[in-house]
Amino acid sequence: MSSLPATMPITETPWTLPSRGRVGMFSLIAGETAIFTIFIVAYIYYIGKSLSGPMPRQVLEVPIFNTICLLSSSLTIHFALRALKGGRIAAFKLFWFVTLSLGAIFLIGTGREWYRLITKEGLTITTNLFGTTYYSLVGLHAFHVSAGLVGLLTVMIFALAARVNQEHAERLDVFSLYWHFVDAVWVAVFIVVYIVGR
Amino acid sequence: MGMTAMSSNSIPISETVSQVAERKPLSEILHEWVITVDHKRLGLMYIGLALLFLALGGLEAAIMRIQLAVPHAHFVSPQVFNRMFTMHGTTMIFFVAMTILFGFGIYLVPLMIGTRDMAFPRLNAWGFWMSAFGGLLLYFSFIGGEGLSGAGTAPDVGWWAYAPLTSPAFSKGHSTDYWTISLLVAGFGTLATAVNFVATILSMRCPGMTLGKMPLLCWMYLVTGGLLLFTITPLTAAQLMLMIDRYLGGHFFDTQAGGSAVMWMHFFWIFGHPEVYVLILPSFAFVSEIVPVFSRKPIFGYPIMVAATVAIGFISMSVWAHHMFTVGMASYSNAFFVLTSMAIAVPTGIKIFNWLGTMWGGQIRYATPMLFCLGFLFQFLIAGLTGVMLGAAPFNWQLSGSYFVIAHFHYVIVGGILFAVFGAFYYWFPKMTGRMLNETLGKWHFGFFFIGFHLTFDFMHGAGILGMPRRIYTYEPNRGWETWNMIVTVGVLFQAVAVLCFAFNLFWSYFRGRATGNDPWDAWTLEWSTSSPPPAYNFAAIPEVKSRRPLWDLKHPEDPDWRYE
Amino acid sequence: MEESQGIPVSKSRVLVSVKVWSAFRTLAVSFGLTASSFAQSAAQESNSTNIFAPSSTPADSIFRLSLLVLAATGAIFAVVFSMLLYAAVKFRGRSGDNREPPQVYGSDQLELAWTVIPVLIVMVLFIASARVIHAVQDARRPPGTIEVTAVGHQFWWEFRYQQYGFVTANELHVPVSDPGRSSPTFITLLSADTDHSFWVPRLAGKTDLIPNHPNSLWIDPQEPGIYLGQCAQYCGTQHAKMLLRVYVESRADFDRWVRKQQAIQANAAMSPEALEGRRVFESTACINCHTIEGTVADGRFGPNLRHLMSRDTIASGAAPNTSENLRAWIQNPNAIKPGSLMPAMNLTNKQLNEVTAYMLTLR
Repeated sequence: MSSLPATMPITETPWTLPSRGRVGMFSLIAGETAIFTIFIVAYIYYIGKSLSGPMPRQVLEVPIFNTICLLSSSLTIHFALRALKGGRIAAFKLFWFVTLSLGAIFLIGTGREWYRLITKEGLTITTNLFGTTYYSLVGLHAFHVSAGLVGLLTVMIFALAARVNQEHAERLDVFSLYWHFVDAVWVAVFIVVYIVGR
Repeated sequence: MGMTAMSSNSIPISETVSQVAERKPLSEILHEWVITVDHKRLGLMYIGLALLFLALGGLEAAIMRIQLAVPHAHFVSPQVFNRMFTMHGTTMIFFVAMTILFGFGIYLVPLMIGTRDMAFPRLNAWGFWMSAFGGLLLYFSFIGGEGLSGAGTAPDVGWWAYAPLTSPAFSKGHSTDYWTISLLVAGFGTLATAVNFVATILSMRCPGMTLGKMPLLCWMYLVTGGLLLFTITPLTAAQLMLMIDRYLGGHFFDTQAGGSAVMWMHFFWIFGHPEVYVLILPSFAFVSEIVPVFSRKPIFGYPIMVAATVAIGFISMSVWAHHMFTVGMASYSNAFFVLTSMAIAVPTGIKIFNWLGTMWGGQIRYATPMLFCLGFLFQFLIAGLTGVMLGAAPFNWQLSGSYFVIAHFHYVIVGGILFAVFGAFYYWFPKMTGRMLNETLGKWHFGFFFIGFHLTFDFMHGAGILGMPRRIYTYEPNRGWETWNMIVTVGVLFQAVAVLCFAFNLFWSYFRGRATGNDPWDAWTLEWSTSSPPPAYNFAAIPEVKSRRPLWDLKHPEDPDWRYE
Repeated sequence: MEESQGIPVSKSRVLVSVKVWSAFRTLAVSFGLTASSFAQSAAQESNSTNIFAPSSTPADSIFRLSLLVLAATGAIFAVVFSMLLYAAVKFRGRSGDNREPPQVYGSDQLELAWTVIPVLIVMVLFIASARVIHAVQDARRPPGTIEVTAVGHQFWWEFRYQQYGFVTANELHVPVSDPGRSSPTFITLLSADTDHSFWVPRLAGKTDLIPNHPNSLWIDPQEPGIYLGQCAQYCGTQHAKMLLRVYVESRADFDRWVRKQQAIQANAAMSPEALEGRRVFESTACINCHTIEGTVADGRFGPNLRHLMSRDTIASGAAPNTSENLRAWIQNPNAIKPGSLMPAMNLTNKQLNEVTAYMLTLR
């Protein structure tokens, strides 16, 4: 306040607070974690409880390639941001594009798996408890991947228009937290669906 | 007093909002309010939204009480009654309590931490409009679908929407979908607000205001925000699952396909119980600001109050199944939830003692805000104790699902939260408008409401003890419930009169209330250092603080707080 | 300092003492009414659903626990309330006195005290509760237990006595249980549709009936009589009229009732009107929902009607079982229980009389 007495000492140490973007993103991630936890709990509870229809072991193929793609994209986005912080815009654009592509490959892979499950194995969301919980959980994750891809694509477009530079590194770092979260969720989903649940 | 010197901090805006309004065309004013991202305006909009829904929810309650005043009444049909209790509960929790508490928080937190706005002003606006549209969608259910003259499709599954009553088999048409989707929409708004509270409080405090120096209100909203992140999201998840069941043929809660009705209950109450703490913590916040000012002492035991708040936040996430003691969980599960539910009484009780300690040895002034806080303390004490009764699982097997439980939670929500909210109105209305609410009307408001509240909710315990279950549109005359129900209904009249007093007070005082300056109550937190109402930018210069009561330090330079903290 | 105090303190003090007194009065009146009312209600034996008038071990265990809980919470209330009242009165600011009182920030000893004591109280209440939970939920079935399966429907109760091989509805008969030679009734709780809850307050706490989630409760009533209750978990439109009647009878009376329920009635001694009524019954949709052993009717959606006239009420307690009510019910169930799932069968007056006459033969 301008009316504070001049005798009050100014704080000696600089007044630093966590960045609001980071806090906001962590808060969002906390909330999303809770949503995924509920879906995972439902999935785990219903393991083995389907009254009929195909069982996971009979129809699920472990998506190793897809998983490698998605988890690598965490690495490439990290490299992209390191490049951006260091001012190497071309490298940033390349790594960002690779991240985007890996994410897209993952999504396409999921789509292909679903196509196979629906048309060949006859597993839909209404088939049985496994179908309901599987498509919901994997679908919720895929939805979050899609949202991330939209973000990645938007930045890609701006980057190609030469509008992204070093000063945006902090903001994109916050965005990358979301992408890392999406990858971490996939680790959990992968373990629950393809390892524990089979 | 050094107070007048403080007004130099803000540009003298002597005009009140109403004077400014006269100068601009109405369309421009509306446009300003619709596109605003100013936390003060959004706070007022939340509060206005809440008051609108309070009237609707109150009407629903009145209809139920008229129907239940005598046995075998025919005031409304069972179908209408079932919609009434569903809509009453849903409205009051999501569109009255949450919105009004958010409104006060959004208004006050930036002012109290010495900053210009919330961390994410546009997200703030988005959150408000999502809540508003959610409420609108819920009420559209009365006229949507089959229309006004038809059966109507307002939801009638109770505000917990237990499965499998909500499955397509038992809930035909779209009434349940209105419940699900309106809350889903509002829930996203709530999540946005939660993120905003956490980010604002952690990232935007003025220099010198460490976490240990911010007003207790800010602590309460920080914990509330954090709790919301983990609370509203399970409901979102459960509602997504319900929608998958209803629209995509899923089987999450489809008992015919092996699904579990109990799982809905778990997910709902994992949301539902922390939700009530989301509602009570801001009420604690108001009491924690008002009682010290009117007792003329600092809050007793600030660090313990913080610790208790955080403890409540954590423990509240472990008690949920005390709403499910009758569903047949194993005995050790029931015992666990008895333990956690009783445990949460400890930090809650500590708070009551600390408020008592604040009053002790003080110089208490009984202006209307303090009267409402006194009512809060008395009623919250009782509510907490009936909560302990309900926490003893075997006792719960008799009391749950009965009017005893309804009495208990209305004691918390009306006797606790609403009293605290009324207190907050009287306390901060001068800051928001530059005018005092009328004291005499305020005391009539308090008196009538106190009497009406106790007539209704004290005697409601009796009906429950005599075995009257909840959610029934009528009852048998031979069970001894008639007198109790009649008295309960009579209390509604007093409450209605009180609320009319209050509404009149709000309108009258906005135009004709006694004008006031920055600090009518001689208070100590930063919001009282700006003008009333504050300018759009809150503070001309971002303040710097050294203690929990910066204005006390200014008013008492010979004995500042920072020497003792 | 006029700004900081709304109106002169003396006036507010008077108003406060008026409000405090009126609060006291309200409380005193309500407590007095409460006490006398409960005493009165407890005295009305057969109509009472008072949770403080137990007549069976589970309800009694709960009652005893509740006394402990009420004592503890009552004591806490008395202490804290009197301190609150004392503080509210004693520390009122004197008008005109603008000095700030001593600024006390806290007290570690007090905080410790009012943390430790509540923790101890919590432990006591927890242990007491846990013991009753275990005693009630994990109770063993002694020999001589009566086994009944209750199936909740929208909006009536099905009772299957598998030991005796018959099914009835809405009115549960059990033998009185001698404390010395316990013969409790264990009720398995299932649901055919949505969630329900079995609540007869004087006999036991409530337990829910949830589809796909079998539960059980037990009662050992020690006093013969009729015990009332009703569904305690919202199950749809007519949740309010899903009433319960539990008939606790001497062993002899119970055995007699069982034998009656087991009997498949002979066809003789039916009036022509009743015979015609039976023909109407068997040729309309009635048989799709109702079962009457010894006829072609074997529907399971609605209550078993084999011994309809042995029941005091119809429509799960919604109306007394008289011929007028029966006729009115069959004519239009929604007039008595709007939202009931039994459709009006659009019978002519003649058919209604006949079907009612037939119903009256189902003893």
